[in-house]
Amino acid sequence: MIAPEERIAAALARLILDPAAPPARHIAVGAASPMPAAACWLVKLMGHPVRLSLLHKRSGNPFTEGTRELFDLTGQGRIDLFFLGGGQIDGQANLNLVGTGDWPGMGVRFPGSFGSAFMYFMTPRTILFREEHSPRVLVDRVDNISAPGVSPPGVFRRGTAQALVTGKCVFRFHPDRARFSLQSLHPGETVEGVRAATGFAFDAADEVPATPDPTEAELALLRGRVCDEMAETYPEFCARVWGRAQAA
Amino acid sequence: MMFESPDALAAQIPDGALVAMPPDNSLPSVALAKALIRKGARGLRLLGVPVSGFATDILIGAGCVAEVETSAVSLGEAGFAPRFGAALKEGRITVRDATCPAIHTMLQAAEKGVPFMPLRGLIGSDILAHRPDWKVVPNPFAADGKDPIVLLPAKQPDFAVFHAAMADSEGNVWLGRRRECATIAHASRAALVTVERVVEGNFLEDERMAAGAIGATYVTGFAIAERGARPSALLDEYGFDAAYVADYARAAKTEAGFRAWLDREVFSTPAKVAAE
Repeated sequence: MIAPEERIAAALARLILDPAAPPARHIAVGAASPMPAAACWLVKLMGHPVRLSLLHKRSGNPFTEGTRELFDLTGQGRIDLFFLGGGQIDGQANLNLVGTGDWPGMGVRFPGSFGSAFMYFMTPRTILFREEHSPRVLVDRVDNISAPGVSPPGVFRRGTAQALVTGKCVFRFHPDRARFSLQSLHPGETVEGVRAATGFAFDAADEVPATPDPTEAELALLRGRVCDEMAETYPEFCARVWGRAQAA
Repeated sequence: MMFESPDALAAQIPDGALVAMPPDNSLPSVALAKALIRKGARGLRLLGVPVSGFATDILIGAGCVAEVETSAVSLGEAGFAPRFGAALKEGRITVRDATCPAIHTMLQAAEKGVPFMPLRGLIGSDILAHRPDWKVVPNPFAADGKDPIVLLPAKQPDFAVFHAAMADSEGNVWLGRRRECATIAHASRAALVTVERVVEGNFLEDERMAAGAIGATYVTGFAIAERGARPSALLDEYGFDAAYVADYARAAKTEAGFRAWLDREVFSTPAKVAAE
């Protein structure tokens, strides 16, 4: 039995290693990002040479100048890849982490934008993730823009979304036309089903491949050493997905 | 200068002050936040550096706060910050949203004593659209005279408030690599710090300690509050108390639940903090 979180983590790991994308030598993972953290550990523990900066890990904090060092590194272009989610994500890859309704989230207030309004511009690539795939999350147009998916010519920007991974599929993002296309479907999903669950329009080829299952080796790593690495930062996630007992 | 308790430090903070605090992963002084609640502080303007957590939520719930400037308010794995969400919805607080590096940059400008600093990104975000105090100008060094870039004003908090592992005989404090606390202390008019203990000596005369210290130049007052960051972690000394925060998140879903939590954890236990 493969947990949805395991499938998403494995799909994220494949996107990290995508040979067509710019190299990921130094990857940062922000707050509230257990699936990206799992994907990064999976990549590292499979033996790929990658430097990981996991911001909310108490031990192994790579920064000696405080959290601003992440943004300073990113400003210089020294962080290759970052992950962002969103309470709402729209078809142009705009992200809303602030909330629904009028500013600043008078409908449902989300925690806030964190570093998204900077990181999305300054990182050569961003992988978007959101397990819940529903019309309330994947909307035609976000109520509020924490970070825009594309920028007009002349605005300094190093990169955009590479892809969006959900509980149903993997979308590829095309910044030239500010639109997603369906890259692969998780087991049991159909193009029609995904369209019905998605508030934005997207492109799809006649034949959409299936998202590959995590391999036995990947699952063994996720359930063993990856969980070991994550248990301190994400005890609730590790307990829920992998049944790891929480420390007292 | 050493004070006798977190409550004595809290007495230094007048109503309406701009108070900068680190979030749950970076040495908040929960002891001082609880002391501000006991004192009945009102109208505080909180600055989350760069985000806000447990201490901010309890201060908002207790009615101490008029305004929050931050890049996010969250209880981490325990979910959304319940009293923050309720106060926003009821219009009891003003929320000024930012993005993490913007808050660091505004404080760094204050550290340097310059009126503003530029920051990349932000253009096209509704954060910028709702910040009339932030400006977009053409990069004056760009060859073609274009390249729009955001300028952020220097921000000087009235008080930096955080927790450190220890203070020394000279009034220096030590907190290791959590240097965002140093940035807050440098940028603020005053810094009030709770510590686990006071030790003999001078951190600045010890090469291995100096880099993790904040000099007494910046430290206006400190007081001992054992486990003063709790439920947040303190470096390698004690861990994050997830059960305590989860219990709070459940209780604070309602106003009545929050009041009962305050009575139990804040008003009835000023002396218990040191005894735990």
